[in-house]
Amino acid sequence: MNFPGSGIIKGMAVTARNIVGSYFDRAHAKRLTTEQYPEERPTLAEASRSVPFLVYDGEDPEKGMRCVACKICEKECPPQCIYIVKDSDANGKPILRPKVFNIDISVCMGCQICVEVCPFESIRMDNIYEMSSYDRFAPLVLHKAQLLKSNAYYHGIRPTEATATDARIEAGRIRKEAALKAATAKVAATKAAAAAKAAEENKPSQPEQNA
Amino acid sequence: MNFLALLKDTLFQFLGLFKNLDTLPVEFMRLLREFLVKLGALCGIAVPQWALDLVSSLVIIVAILVTFLILFALMSVFERKLLARAQNRYGPNRVGPCGILQPVADGIKMLTKEDLVPRAADKVVHYLAPIVMVAPALMLPVILPYGRDMVAVDLPVGILFFFALSAGAELAVFMAGWASNNKYSILGAMRAIAQMISYELPLVTSALVVALVAGSLSPAALVAAQGGYSFGFLPRWFVCTPWGFAACLLFYIGALSESNRCPFDLPEGESEIIAGHLTEYSGFKYAIFFMAEYVGMFAINGLLVTLFLGGYQAPFPFLEWIPGWCWFFAKLWAVALSMVWVRTTLPRFRIDQMMLFAWKFMLPMSFVALLAAAAWYYAGQGLAGWVLSALIVVVPYLLLGTFCFTRHHSATNRRYLYSE
Repeated sequence: MNFPGSGIIKGMAVTARNIVGSYFDRAHAKRLTTEQYPEERPTLAEASRSVPFLVYDGEDPEKGMRCVACKICEKECPPQCIYIVKDSDANGKPILRPKVFNIDISVCMGCQICVEVCPFESIRMDNIYEMSSYDRFAPLVLHKAQLLKSNAYYHGIRPTEATATDARIEAGRIRKEAALKAATAKVAATKAAAAAKAAEENKPSQPEQNA
Repeated sequence: MNFLALLKDTLFQFLGLFKNLDTLPVEFMRLLREFLVKLGALCGIAVPQWALDLVSSLVIIVAILVTFLILFALMSVFERKLLARAQNRYGPNRVGPCGILQPVADGIKMLTKEDLVPRAADKVVHYLAPIVMVAPALMLPVILPYGRDMVAVDLPVGILFFFALSAGAELAVFMAGWASNNKYSILGAMRAIAQMISYELPLVTSALVVALVAGSLSPAALVAAQGGYSFGFLPRWFVCTPWGFAACLLFYIGALSESNRCPFDLPEGESEIIAGHLTEYSGFKYAIFFMAEYVGMFAINGLLVTLFLGGYQAPFPFLEWIPGWCWFFAKLWAVALSMVWVRTTLPRFRIDQMMLFAWKFMLPMSFVALLAAAAWYYAGQGLAGWVLSALIVVVPYLLLGTFCFTRHHSATNRRYLYSE
């Protein structure tokens, strides 16, 4: 029914339905969609990412570290937020392990290029998002100890990707072993062949020797 | 009789007052005066009448101020809550249980903010504007009857006093706009003046309707005239008659406009003129403006309750055991929250729509309500009066509503001088 002012009444009915509905409407539990942040946390999508972290295998971060300090990520990083210093042993000989691995998360733009280029499946994207601090500088530079997180943690935040990574590493290991085996076999075969050849060469002379 | 015995006696009398909650505040004031006289007698002083008046006035002033400031604080949080709920949000829910202490946090925030005064501003007027705004707003509630015999100042021309004072807000708004030396401020102030003067006319006329029928300008007498029930069940509130209903709606719209609330918040339309006359105000002065606006809103709602909704009268005979002042404040809250409801629903007017609505609809309709009240009065207030006044109200309403606001009417006359 239309009469002057009926539009206002219809509009008032709509708002009233929303006001009352937000308190009592059990059928529409999704009416109040606001997440009450500190108490309620969002369920992050598996692909959500913030800053990189370093994966380690096993229990000990230093032993299980996958990173070999090849510095590819440092070179590729567009905003240049990664800083790596290669470790060395007691004699000053460089070893395949970073001594310093810093990521300045105030500079990091989360582009994931370091992850793409890493040949050792060592650097991966994290999904932490509470990184604020009272200081602009020191607390926002993450050091090696803060960056190293276990493979189990990686599986926890993004299982699909971690499983694929593990499979890739496992395949690589099998391939390597097979290649090693083949190489060993080849070496053995060569050795055997050489030995056989030598034996062949020595054989005719044997009767001579014997003779 | 020593001091302790007097104290004990008064205390017992005070507790005895709780037997009748309806008269509690009035009886409390009487008890206070008696106590002061007795105390003076105990000390050997004859307490003069002016001292008693002074003390009881101070008590009443403090009570009214505190009541209205609490109303303001609660309103600011309830309003935000309701607005949020209409948009399916939670609203403030962090400070205190369910966010009820939000006004405290707001107050601390306001008080600790820097009080900026523009360099080019007229400093004195800029400083005075909030004071001129808040003083009349705080004086408005004194004439309202909160319960039976509960009226701070029983003026015989209370309604007139109310409108005279509430007009002071216009001066303050214009002072604020002019002194800020800011084009948005002065635009907001001009809008506010145009709006308040336009809407004061139908507002006062619709209040006049009640005065015409009740034959009095005293709020207490008006409420007393609304006691009892017609046809045995319908309360004799003026809103329950055709002319009263029309006048009540007109007064309600006028009150929305006078207190600068949506859809009449053009003076501070943030999408067009930032915050209007409040643009250059911050900190405590802004808070004072805000407070004056809300106290003024509650005062004019209180007047609406007094004029049309039967003040402290109960709506049904079987509910009369609830104290009158409870009814008054319940009705006050109902009207105030309905204003929030309107605010969630209606978008802001354009300035020409607002003026058109005031002069082409509100003003004629308020005269029609006056006419209908006269018809009701002279037709004997019976069934004939009802039918007659209903006809007088409804027919012009439909005619005006149909022919005054058709959209194509203005569209055909529109010419674009420069953009064609």
